[in-house]
Amino acid sequence: MENQTLSRRNFLKTSGMTGAVLSLGFYWPGNAKSAKIVHAAEAKNFGVEMNSWVHIDTSGKVTIFDHRAEMGQGSYQAVPQIVAEELEVNLNEINVVFAPGDNKKYGNQVTGGSSTVRGSYKNLLKLSATAREMLIQAAATKWGVDKAECYAEGGHVIHKPSGKRFHYGELVEAASRLEAPKEVVLKKRSEYKLIGKPLRRLDTPLKTNGSAVFGLDKQIPGMMYAAVERNPRLRGKVKSFDDTKTRQIPGVKHVFKVKMGVFNTYREGVAVVAESTWAAIQGKKALKVEWDDTGFEHLDTEEIYKRQREALQTQEGLAFKKQGEPSEIIAKAAKKIDVTYETPYQYHAAMEPLNCVAHYQDDKLEIWGPIQAPEWVQDYISKEMSIPKEKVIVNMTFLGGGFGRKAFMDYPHEASVISKEIKAPVQVVWTREDDATQGPFRPGITYRCEGVVSNGAIDALKVKMAGQNNDHWRGGKKDTPNRSTSEGFLKPYMDSIKNLAIMDIPFETPIPTMWWRSVYASTNGFAYESFLDELALEAGKDPLEFRRAHLKDERLHKLIDKMEEVSGWRERRKGEGFGTAITECFASTVGHVVKVSKATNGGVKIDQVWVVMDCGWYVNPDTVRAQVEGSVVMGLGAATIHEVKFKDGMAVDSNFSTYQMPRITDIPPIEIHIMENDADAGGVGEPGLPAFAPALTNAIFDLTGKRIRRLPFSLAAV
Amino acid sequence: MAKITLNINKKDYPLEADPQMPLLWAIRDLAGLKGTKYGCGVAQCGACVVHLDGEAVRSCVTKVSRAVGKKVVTIEGLSETNSHPVQKAWQEIDVPQCGYCHSGQIMSAAVLLREKPDPTDQDIDDAMAGNICRCGTYLRIRKAIHLAAEMQKKTSQG
Repeated sequence: MENQTLSRRNFLKTSGMTGAVLSLGFYWPGNAKSAKIVHAAEAKNFGVEMNSWVHIDTSGKVTIFDHRAEMGQGSYQAVPQIVAEELEVNLNEINVVFAPGDNKKYGNQVTGGSSTVRGSYKNLLKLSATAREMLIQAAATKWGVDKAECYAEGGHVIHKPSGKRFHYGELVEAASRLEAPKEVVLKKRSEYKLIGKPLRRLDTPLKTNGSAVFGLDKQIPGMMYAAVERNPRLRGKVKSFDDTKTRQIPGVKHVFKVKMGVFNTYREGVAVVAESTWAAIQGKKALKVEWDDTGFEHLDTEEIYKRQREALQTQEGLAFKKQGEPSEIIAKAAKKIDVTYETPYQYHAAMEPLNCVAHYQDDKLEIWGPIQAPEWVQDYISKEMSIPKEKVIVNMTFLGGGFGRKAFMDYPHEASVISKEIKAPVQVVWTREDDATQGPFRPGITYRCEGVVSNGAIDALKVKMAGQNNDHWRGGKKDTPNRSTSEGFLKPYMDSIKNLAIMDIPFETPIPTMWWRSVYASTNGFAYESFLDELALEAGKDPLEFRRAHLKDERLHKLIDKMEEVSGWRERRKGEGFGTAITECFASTVGHVVKVSKATNGGVKIDQVWVVMDCGWYVNPDTVRAQVEGSVVMGLGAATIHEVKFKDGMAVDSNFSTYQMPRITDIPPIEIHIMENDADAGGVGEPGLPAFAPALTNAIFDLTGKRIRRLPFSLAAV
Repeated sequence: MAKITLNINKKDYPLEADPQMPLLWAIRDLAGLKGTKYGCGVAQCGACVVHLDGEAVRSCVTKVSRAVGKKVVTIEGLSETNSHPVQKAWQEIDVPQCGYCHSGQIMSAAVLLREKPDPTDQDIDDAMAGNICRCGTYLRIRKAIHLAAEMQKKTSQG
C-alpha cells in the first residue's frame, strides 16, 4: 500500500508499473449521467488520457485511482473492495492512488452527499468485470480453448478442465490488444467473496504509525510556511496594518495583504510567511491590523433568532410543497399544536485544521491539500487567477476530517495567491482559532410547526423554516424555496398527509454558511421528528405505531419492525425513557431508539442507543457501523453541547477550551443493525446523524414530560 | 535562535530553533517527522501527544528547550514495525476513521498500558479524556485498549 498523490504526467513513474499495462477507465461524455468504459487503445479516440481508474501491469500489480477524498468515511477501503470483487484479485494486491482533480476522467469527484459508493459502484463493478473478461479471453486465446471453460480467481485465469493457469501479469499484453466487451455479466449478491464482508481498512496501518500523509504533513522542496490574520467579521477588509513587531520575529520573511474568495464575495487578511509554522504563527500574533467592516451588519446570536421567530409569525414564505388545505384546516381546528423549534449554527471542527500547499510557477499551479472537491478547486482557481484549467493541478492528501468544510475553495485559493506573491511554494496553516471562527458554518434554523390530528392520524401539517440557504452563497436564486426545505423528512409522509404545507422563508445574514455533515437533514430532522412525536401524543398513539400508520411503504415497515425488535420497544413501560425518530438522508433511511434515565447527580443520562440503518447495497458492514457510531457521537455533540455563537458579527468561541467536544467519557453504548436488502446503495457517511437528536429529546419527554425545542441543551440541566 | 540537539526515536537531531518554539513544531518542521499532529495548540485535544522520557506530554505547549537532554518518542518511534500492542489492537479493531487524532490517542494509550497493564473502563476514561476524536471512534478506542492489554499480557507471559 502506498499513500501518495500524483500528477498525471508522472503517474507511470510513481506507480512503479512495469512493461505493458492493461488500463481501463471511464469516459464521461459531456454531462452524461452514465459513463462509458474506455480501453487504453480507444482512449485517444475520445480525446481522453488512458491512465484512469484501473491498471494491471506485467507483474500483475493492480493500481486503482480513488477518485474521492478519504476523510475517514472509508473510500480508500470501499473503492478497492468493489474493484477486487469483480476483477477477482486479492485485496492486498491493489495499490491505491488518490486521483487528481479531473472531472473529464473521474466524473464527479466532490466527496459530499455520502455519494462515494452510491454514485460510482455500478460503474466500478462493470469496469472491473470488463477487465476480468478481457483477461479470461486473452488466456483462452493463448490456450486455444473455449472461454467458457476458463474462470478467474485470485489474480489468475484458470482453465478448469486441465487446471492450467496464467497469472494476470502474463496476460495484460494480450488483453490490452483486445476490444473491451460491450456487455458483461455481474455477480449476484450471493456470489460475492469480498463485498458485504467486514474486511479491514487498507488505510489503518498508515494511521497507526504516523505514515499517512495528511494535508498538514505535505512538504515539498523550498516550501515556506504561512499564517494569515483574517478579518474576524467574516466578510470584512483590511484597512491598514502595522507589521513592525512581526518583522522582528526570527524566520519571518514576508508580510502582505491577501484576499481570498468566499463564494461570490471576498475576505481579506494579512499573510505572514516564515521559515517555520511557529514563526508564522508568532508573526501573525504580533500584527496590528485595522479592519474595514463597513457595508454589512454586525449581528448577535440573539438578534438572528429573534428575527427568525418574527419571520415565522409574520410571513408565509415560499411553498416547497403544498397540497390540500392545511392552512384552512389549522385555522378552523378546535385544537391545534403550534410550536417552534430552534437549531444552532455549527462548526465542522475537523481535527485537522484547514491548510493547503500551493506552488505557483510561471505556467502552472500545483496544489496539495485535504480537499473534498478537487474539481471545484481547479475550476474556481483557474477562473480567479486566470490560469488555464489544465495547468491547475489539484492533489488530494488524506483528510483529517472534512464534514463538508473541506469541499470549499477559499483555503486553496488563498494558498495559491500567497505562493504567487512570494514566488515560492508555501503551506498555509490555519490555527485552530482561525478554523473555529472563520466559518462557513452550518446555518442555525428556526421552524414553526403547526398540526391538527383527528381519528388518531394527522389531518393537517404545516412546517415553515426560517434560516440561511447555502445556495444563496453560491449565487442561487432567491425567489425559489431552499431545495433542502424538507430534506430528512421521509417522502412517504407526503402521500399520507393529505393537507400539507412545507414552506421556506428566505432569511439572510452576512454569516457565511455551508454544508455540515448530513446538511439540512441535521436541523430539519429535529423539527419534523420532534413534532411527529408531539402529534402522536396528541393522537394518543404509540410513537412508532403512529409513524408506521402514516408510512405506506414496505421497506420502512421492515425498518420499524427491526427497531422494535432490537430495542425491546413493545416491552417498554410507559415513562421509562424511550424515544425514537426516523429520517432519510442521501438515499438511506435510519431509525434511532434512545433510552434515557435519571442521572444520580441530577439531569438525565443516556443508557443506550439503538440504530437501524437501511442503506441498501453496501460494501463493508464494519465501515457502515463505524460511520454510524461516528454520526451518533457528532449528533450528540450537536444536540447537547455545540453552538457557534456570534457577538458583534464575530464568532465567539475560538478553541476547544470553550467549544467543548464530546469525549470518551460522554459516549453511551451504541448498538447498530444494518438492514439486508437488494435495493440500490444509499449513503453511509452522513445518514446516521439526523435522527439522533430528536430520538434523544423524545426519550427525555417520555421520561420527564419536558419537551425540548431548542438545541443544544444540557443533559445535566434537564 | 539557538543550536540544540533533540534525541527523537533514539536518533540525535542537531537543530537551530527558537528555544520558545513548542516541541510540536520542532518535531514537525525542523526534524521533519510529521506523524505528530497539530490540533489546537492549547493542550485541549491531545493530537500532539509524544513521550518525553516516557511520560505523555502535549508537545504543542511544551517548549523545545524542555526536551533537550531527554528522550523524545513520537508515533514513528513507538515500535519499529507498527507492532506495539496498542498499534496492533488499533489495526485489529479498525479504530481510525480519518486517523488524524490517532497518533496522539495511541501515544496516550501506550503510557496507560505501561502504568496499568489491566485497565478498567474508568482507568481508560481517566487516561484518554484528554484526547478528542471528531470522527467519534471512542467506543472502538476503549475496546482496542482492552484488547491491547490482553495482547501485552500474552507477550509478557509468552
